[in-house]
Amino acid sequence: MRRRFRRAAVVVTAGFLGWYLVFVGLAAFARGFMARTVAGSVNVALLLGLLQFASTFALTWGYLVYARRRLDPLAGELR
Amino acid sequence: MTGGALTFGLFLVFILVTLAITVRARVTTRGADDFYAGGRTFTGPQNGIALAGDYMSAASFLGIAGIIALNGYDGFLYSIGFLVAWLLALLLVELVRNAGRFTMGDVLVRRVRRQAPVRRAAAVSTVTVSVFYLLAQMVGAGALVSLLLGIHRGERFLGMGAGTAKTVTIVAVGALMILYVAFGGMKATTWVQIIKTGLLMAGAVVLTALVLGRFGFDASAMLGSAADASGKGEAFLRPGLQYGQDVPGDAYRTVVNKLDFISLALALVLGTAGLPHVVARFFTVPDGRAARTSVSWAIGLVGVFYLMTLALGFGAAALVGRSAIVAQDPSGNTAVPQLAQAVGQHVGGRVGGDVLLAFIGAVAFATILAVVSGLVLASSASLAHDYFGQVLMLGRPRESQEVAVARFASFLVGSLAIVLAVVARDLNVAFLVALAFAMAASANVPAIVLSLFWRRFNSAGVVAGIYGGLIGSLVLVFFSPVVSGKVDPVTGQSLSLFPTGVDFHLFPLENPGLVSIPIGFACAVAGTFAGREKADRERYDDLSVRALTGAGSQ
Repeated sequence: MRRRFRRAAVVVTAGFLGWYLVFVGLAAFARGFMARTVAGSVNVALLLGLLQFASTFALTWGYLVYARRRLDPLAGELR
Repeated sequence: MTGGALTFGLFLVFILVTLAITVRARVTTRGADDFYAGGRTFTGPQNGIALAGDYMSAASFLGIAGIIALNGYDGFLYSIGFLVAWLLALLLVELVRNAGRFTMGDVLVRRVRRQAPVRRAAAVSTVTVSVFYLLAQMVGAGALVSLLLGIHRGERFLGMGAGTAKTVTIVAVGALMILYVAFGGMKATTWVQIIKTGLLMAGAVVLTALVLGRFGFDASAMLGSAADASGKGEAFLRPGLQYGQDVPGDAYRTVVNKLDFISLALALVLGTAGLPHVVARFFTVPDGRAARTSVSWAIGLVGVFYLMTLALGFGAAALVGRSAIVAQDPSGNTAVPQLAQAVGQHVGGRVGGDVLLAFIGAVAFATILAVVSGLVLASSASLAHDYFGQVLMLGRPRESQEVAVARFASFLVGSLAIVLAVVARDLNVAFLVALAFAMAASANVPAIVLSLFWRRFNSAGVVAGIYGGLIGSLVLVFFSPVVSGKVDPVTGQSLSLFPTGVDFHLFPLENPGLVSIPIGFACAVAGTFAGREKADRERYDDLSVRALTGAGSQ
């Protein structure tokens, strides 16, 4: 169970921290790329920002499902 | 003046309702469980709403929208950091809930041999972070309320000028927060928080709908017109207007600016899970699963809210305009109230504008009150439970004694915050919020994470990590351009706390996180090995079973 939780924790942490730092790095060092227009007044920076929101929601949902299916039953057994 | 009177009336209604709740909560608050953790009877969703409320301070409601209104995209970067941070909280919340009882100290002592120094360090860190955060909120409250009542720049309300109004507001906010906490404990604080979140979300939804409606629900059109109105064109919609600026011809400054921005981003993301009032709220639910549910609710609410700050910020830039915002408040804190007045006027004429302005003003006031109460509760709980109960009384106080001390501690912490805030009422204290996040990330997060995941960790490590991170971030900020040596190149005015001419800054970054977070972790590891005390393997195994399964937790 410890192993399972740690694996999940590492995946989620690496996922969100890595992706967030890539985003912050782009915002700091890749201004030209971030400024590209996608549609109308929407540019890459805005789109990536919204994707951060989406990925946060997705990761939360994914972890909740994983915890309910894979962690809670084990915890129940161990108690 | 009708606007000011209406705002004031709504303040009073909110205060009366919350005081009634406090009286009710006082009646049902008996033991330590009730006082510190609201009797652990709150459901996951209820606690999630309160958790979101604790997090969405006036700084994020008015501040972020203000930064977006003035600096465009860079304010949005703040929103993203504030939201993404919750994923770390989601992973830790169950473990912390299961391992602890009332405070962060409870979690940290679960597996060490020597309790007293760990408890003391936890109390010091909790109170320090809380007081800095409190100070920022209360000084902000003073400035904000005098703006909302329309008594900045020489106008008067109930015979008060702006200076008096600031002091009166700070004292009133302080007195109310002490009342909520000392009498109502966690129950009252949580209900105040739930009501406030409801008001805040309702206000933000109405404003967002009205703003988007003005642009025919075409977000791209809103962005375009915000960029046009800002006078900065497309650059307004890109990163880099405020953070990580490029300085042409000065590679050193450019790199420093970018590192400073990354440092801020790091502290925002890692600090949340260590904020004392957030951690305290992990314990108000019956079990680990409810704790997980509450964080997922908080993520949903915070996420939706920060998405709306986009509409509020860019909407204010487009509909109110930069010059009108800066004329009221140079840092943009009044952008949202001004936007409310503008869209209200469009819908319901002068009266509509006044009503919406008054409502948003009252929401902002409620927000400040609720957040400061959470902070006072977290620090008085730590003082009474960690320091008084476990260090001074060696873990043998009567429960009634400990709760009495907690009530008294909330008077102490609250009064200290009032005095400091009155003294600092005219300073620009915005950096204090960033400092509090950096301290939480450098002192509390390493201790919590290593306690839960590192088998070899011991009490010397906890103590070294907490003090190292705390002192590291304080010292770095003291020697940074925030305190001395930053001068506006155009006007020659000082942008630091100290006036022009005083310059002892040695550390180039304004946000210490990039350096102080590694310092916190390094001190924790070094302390562990220097301490030579053997880690207690059995207690660590106990802790991991309890943390993961919730077995034996209360």
